[in-house]
Amino acid sequence: MRDRVRLRIFRGDASGGADREYEVATFPGMVVLDAVRAIQAEQDGTLSCRWNCKAAKCGSCSAEINGHPRLMCKTRVAEACDASGVIRVQPIKTFPVIKDLVTDVSWNYRIAETIEPVRIPEDAERPLRMQQADVARSQEFRKCIECFLCQTVCHVLRDHARKGHYFGPRFMVKLASLDMHPLDSARRRPLIRSKAGVGYCNITKCCQDVCPEEIGITDNAIIPLKERVADEFYDPIRMLLRKLRRRT
Amino acid sequence: MEDFATHEYDVLVIGAGGAGLRAAIAVLETGLQCGVVCKSLLGKAHTVMAEGGAAAALGNMQEPDDWRVHFRDTMVGGAYLNNPRMVELFAHEAIERVQELEEYGAVFDRTPEGLIAQRPFGGHTYRRLNHVGDRTGLELIRTLQDKAVSLHVPVHMEATVTRLVTDAGRIAGAFGYDRVSGSFVLFRAKAVILATGGWGRMYRYTSNSWESTGDGAAMALDAGADLIDMEMMQFHPTGMLWPPSMRGILVTEAVRGEGGVLRNGKGERFMFNPDYMPARYRGQFAETPEEGARWLDDKARYRRPPELLPRDEVSRAIYKEVQAGRGTEHGGAHLDVSHRGAAYVRRKLPAMYDQFLHLGGVDITTEPMEIYPTVHYTMGGIRVEPETCATAVPGLYAAGECAGGLHGANRLGGNSLTDILVFGKRAGDAAAVFAASATLGAVDEKLLAEEMDVLLAPFSVTDGESPADLGSELQEAMQSGAMIERTQEGLEACLATIRGLQARCDRLSVPGGRTYNPAWHAARDLRFQLRLSEAIVRSALERRESRGAQWRTDCPATDPAWGRRNMIVRRRGAEVVVLQTELPETPPHLQAILDEAKR
Repeated sequence: MRDRVRLRIFRGDASGGADREYEVATFPGMVVLDAVRAIQAEQDGTLSCRWNCKAAKCGSCSAEINGHPRLMCKTRVAEACDASGVIRVQPIKTFPVIKDLVTDVSWNYRIAETIEPVRIPEDAERPLRMQQADVARSQEFRKCIECFLCQTVCHVLRDHARKGHYFGPRFMVKLASLDMHPLDSARRRPLIRSKAGVGYCNITKCCQDVCPEEIGITDNAIIPLKERVADEFYDPIRMLLRKLRRRT
Repeated sequence: MEDFATHEYDVLVIGAGGAGLRAAIAVLETGLQCGVVCKSLLGKAHTVMAEGGAAAALGNMQEPDDWRVHFRDTMVGGAYLNNPRMVELFAHEAIERVQELEEYGAVFDRTPEGLIAQRPFGGHTYRRLNHVGDRTGLELIRTLQDKAVSLHVPVHMEATVTRLVTDAGRIAGAFGYDRVSGSFVLFRAKAVILATGGWGRMYRYTSNSWESTGDGAAMALDAGADLIDMEMMQFHPTGMLWPPSMRGILVTEAVRGEGGVLRNGKGERFMFNPDYMPARYRGQFAETPEEGARWLDDKARYRRPPELLPRDEVSRAIYKEVQAGRGTEHGGAHLDVSHRGAAYVRRKLPAMYDQFLHLGGVDITTEPMEIYPTVHYTMGGIRVEPETCATAVPGLYAAGECAGGLHGANRLGGNSLTDILVFGKRAGDAAAVFAASATLGAVDEKLLAEEMDVLLAPFSVTDGESPADLGSELQEAMQSGAMIERTQEGLEACLATIRGLQARCDRLSVPGGRTYNPAWHAARDLRFQLRLSEAIVRSALERRESRGAQWRTDCPATDPAWGRRNMIVRRRGAEVVVLQTELPETPPHLQAILDEAKR
């Protein structure tokens, strides 16, 4: 392992900025977040980044490392540096920069407010009974640490700026966790189809590839949601029944 | 005076971990206005890092568990320094609070009967930890976050409160700054709930994040509240030791609950050494590794292995092994769960598997982990009334890790997640009752101007002290002087360093502007840390005995006289004093539960 690495980190704010290079001494197991914090402590205390747990549990330290959306706490310096010992660290691209590596992710919190929480029928037997096999699917989605890396990499949001049309992979996962909760009785499929815009996803699976929790975002959440929406709204027999009902 | 934004609420909650969110839910359900302010983004608070589970005696595992056994376990684990009434309320209400989470949408692991699955943990007589793999804290915080959001809670994210505002002794609000813009903000409220968590960050090796600087407890002390049991810091036996990048990060106790064993550098199961078995637990644990292994499959007939002693005991044993020259390569112990099989380990401990594989380069399904005790939790904190979580300041409440009294001299694993639920709700309920019949207190602008000066001073000092350097010196001093093994000499040296650092705080200097400037944020946090470090060290000096987490090698005995006393820290003018107070009387119906076990 190299004794020293160089980090090229974006410094700036909403009005613009540029990369600045820092050199740091390495130590065994060092991750990119260690390097950024070493710079804060020893070279420049004004360098801004978010972090909390440093153990890939809180999803705060998302950044684009050499162009790839990653958690800084889960990316080893030794693996991230190129042949000349350089690592490039940028803020996540899909959300507006506040300062340096900190971005404004408040849009995600506003989306969360529009999703109805779980609704368990009052007449369900108490204490609640659910089988492990039935909760397993919902549990996979509930592993989400809200790092928003999937939102960042999703090209509907990133390249086409369709934030008004599609909630993004994070919220497809959330909607799937609710839809697949064994006792939930709320009706969210009209939302999934319309405002949440599940149809915008064209299954390139980029979100699934960057998920640090290895949630099968596309395979296990989005595709089944698409199927459920298709079943409910585009089943020819149901469409016919709806038309008939509207006439009477 | 510089302009500032003002927000008004009936109740203000400071902190958005489990306790803060549960409190906010309780207030919002009464229809009152409730705002939440937190230093990080919503959902990132320390609760997210809790792993093993939430202890509550649901009795789902065909064992004769009930709240009384939970009460007793918590008292015994806390070396009887706990407030018995608090423990009673806690053990009783933990059950309902956990079940309520399911109504909010939490999805726990299940038993074959479809009930919430419970796992064994240190110091708990029966399987009692309701869990979701090893990410129970994430489940808890996300569930409470979703519930609070559905009640339309206003959350001021990334804002730091630095001063509680009082009006003739009662609470009137809180003042601080927005971390993003750097501008000042005032919250006026009829009642304020502190749910600001712990303060492990003042130590070098800790499982705590940057947030754990103890702002809430330090501000409460300044506002006139008492702190209690400050000497009782929990050293979790199993923090990561290698590589250095990961030093201090938590390895959940669930590893031992699921059958993980501890070995020293010579490969010995040292926890079976009878010297490490405290008298109050004798006869309750397996005496051979064979019996411990059989317990995994038959919990009714066999006793659990001594790796599941409470945390203070296990931490001390590891420390002693290393001191005796029986440590591992990097000076710790081995924790091994590989004998449970790869599939089982990956299903029950997925986060640990991932953490070690990606961050430590160790496959825990085939090799042991190297561990060493890490600073984890603060048993002590703001002194509160058990029923209401009220502090000595009218209108000011405290719940969760920032409050003291529940855990005594040592917290049992799993009790923190139910602590925040039980007392989060109780604080919310009581604050709502108080606020419903109160008016907003007046705000003295002179006090706000004074706080602005404190906050802005480091910008006008050039070539002064760096907050990062002072913070690092503090961590070094606490790590060497106020860790597992304590002596009068070591504590006094530590206190002298703290005093020196406090004096140097006037010369703090920070570069840059006010927009999201971590150096500036650290400058104010440092003052809180120093305040609480002093409280810890002075309480530890005063308690001349060993009990729970406090291990004084110069006063090694556990003294019954000290067992009837709590240490209290109080502000008198500009000074902080350390006092002693009698432990509350244990009512007869609770004493009967404790005596039952002794028979």
